Amino acid sequence: MNKVMSNKVVIALYTLPALILILALIYGPILLTGYYGLMDWNGIGAMTFIGLDNYVELVQDSKFWESALHSFLLAIFSTLSLAIYLIISLILAGKIKGSNLLRKIYLIPMLLSSVAIAQLWIKIYDPNNGMLNSLLQTLGVENPPAWLADPNLVLYAIFVAILWQYAGFYIIIYYAALKGLPESLIEAAKIDGATPIQIAYKIKVPLIAGVIKVTIVLAIVGSLKYFDLIYVMTGGGPNGASEVIASYMYKKAFGIYDFGYGSAIAFFLLLITLVVTWLTRKLTASEDEIQY
Amino acid sequence: MASLAQAKENSTFAKIGMILLYLALIIVAVFQLYPLVWLFMFSLKSNSEVFGLSPFALPQEPQWENYVRVWTQGNIDMYFFNSVWITLVSVLLTVLLASFVTFAITRMRWKFSKLVLALFMIGYMVPIHSAIIPLFDFYLKLDLIDNPLSIILSYVAFNLPLTIMILLGFYYTLPREVEEAAVVDGCSVHRIFFQITLPMTTPVLATTAIINMIYNWNEFIFVNTFISSDHLKTLTVGIQNFIGQYLTDWGAIGATLVISIIPILIAFLVLSDKIVEGIAAGSVKG
Repeated sequence: MNKVMSNKVVIALYTLPALILILALIYGPILLTGYYGLMDWNGIGAMTFIGLDNYVELVQDSKFWESALHSFLLAIFSTLSLAIYLIISLILAGKIKGSNLLRKIYLIPMLLSSVAIAQLWIKIYDPNNGMLNSLLQTLGVENPPAWLADPNLVLYAIFVAILWQYAGFYIIIYYAALKGLPESLIEAAKIDGATPIQIAYKIKVPLIAGVIKVTIVLAIVGSLKYFDLIYVMTGGGPNGASEVIASYMYKKAFGIYDFGYGSAIAFFLLLITLVVTWLTRKLTASEDEIQY
Repeated sequence: MASLAQAKENSTFAKIGMILLYLALIIVAVFQLYPLVWLFMFSLKSNSEVFGLSPFALPQEPQWENYVRVWTQGNIDMYFFNSVWITLVSVLLTVLLASFVTFAITRMRWKFSKLVLALFMIGYMVPIHSAIIPLFDFYLKLDLIDNPLSIILSYVAFNLPLTIMILLGFYYTLPREVEEAAVVDGCSVHRIFFQITLPMTTPVLATTAIINMIYNWNEFIFVNTFISSDHLKTLTVGIQNFIGQYLTDWGAIGATLVISIIPILIAFLVLSDKIVEGIAAGSVKG
């Protein structure tokens, strides 16, 4: 047994292809991103070492901070929206007929590409022929706004599309966690005369606190990485009003070929992603409710 | 008597409460589903209907030729087939390589197995955007820019961590008696893997395959960055091009979007339980 199952050649054969792929295409690149961030480089010509100049520029770049602010706003909205998903899941995990079908309907948008979702919502928000403004006009709203062209509204408009995309994802996670709770505890509370709302608030929610914390990390980290949807829907416009960290990085690197500065932004993105993940992981260290 | 009346009142309240709850759930369902119904409707409309009539009107005469037109003249067929084969090859490679690794980690005994597992788990946290500039440079040096291989390799690498994560849970619960008996009978490791373990993991292989398929089919940034020739683009990037050219042709845009989401919807109808399971299992993917 031991001899066959500790054959070094077989182990190398089975693990090396995958290991080489992630070392070459994930770990190598993230280290290089930090290194390129120290360079003045247009992606094709020679690199010039400029020390921390890119990072100094980053700290002083108001456009960057504006996009970072948008990313953080999206992270806050996404975290707050978890409460809605939790309430829906609490209802759904009660004695509801058809909860299985409803859950699957909620999930459908999550399966579509961000490009398709972005294109669809561009049409929904179309000022003249879109679904939303026609609805508003029927309801008597005169001159409804041009959602994606309005710098004050564009971020909220995008957020509604994000809400639509991810609702099913979080509902499925919460639903699975709630269904995993021991029936006996809830029965006992019922016998003691607890109302459904008390049971939800005082028993169910605290019991899935670990899962809730994980979803908070997911919502925050996911928001910091938003790219496809915004890139397609508005390209960061109008005039930077919906620019986020990833889209700003992409513009700098692949739009104007400032690979050095783009790398500095990308490295910053990596650092905050890891810090946020680590911080929330630490908060959930003792819990082990979610299976993966 | 009074308490009886109260109980009756309570049950009426309970009924109204229940109706309100259902109503809330149904409103959410309509919010999630109606935009897609609306998309399907405008994909069957002519421009005069889109611009002249209410957006909520049903198509007067379904314009199926919108679909024929984008498929034959808009290069959508080409993008579609690129998406199909790139997705298939990537999914097969990812699931196979991930199975090898998971087998080696859970079934074989070696010194660095914990470290290797940790490398895969941490790799799961890395945002694509933080790797894309060096990746571009790397593929440029290998002359793989504008080559589908760059896309396939990236898909496999970035989906391995999630796939291994989902497989691990299943491998740990799988009984080992059959494998142990096979070792005693003098079976080689390869035969154990291919003839015993791999067939036993079919249910979870289906889950990982469908989750990988969805991610790859929908992926945008790698194709948008590494591929420049039109004939190599996949649907997500191809429809971007297409829509850029047909900005005011709503029917054509709608038909293109519907074509791009149909394979996912079919997979969902057939395998929705697997998808739900995979999403719940891999819920750490952001």
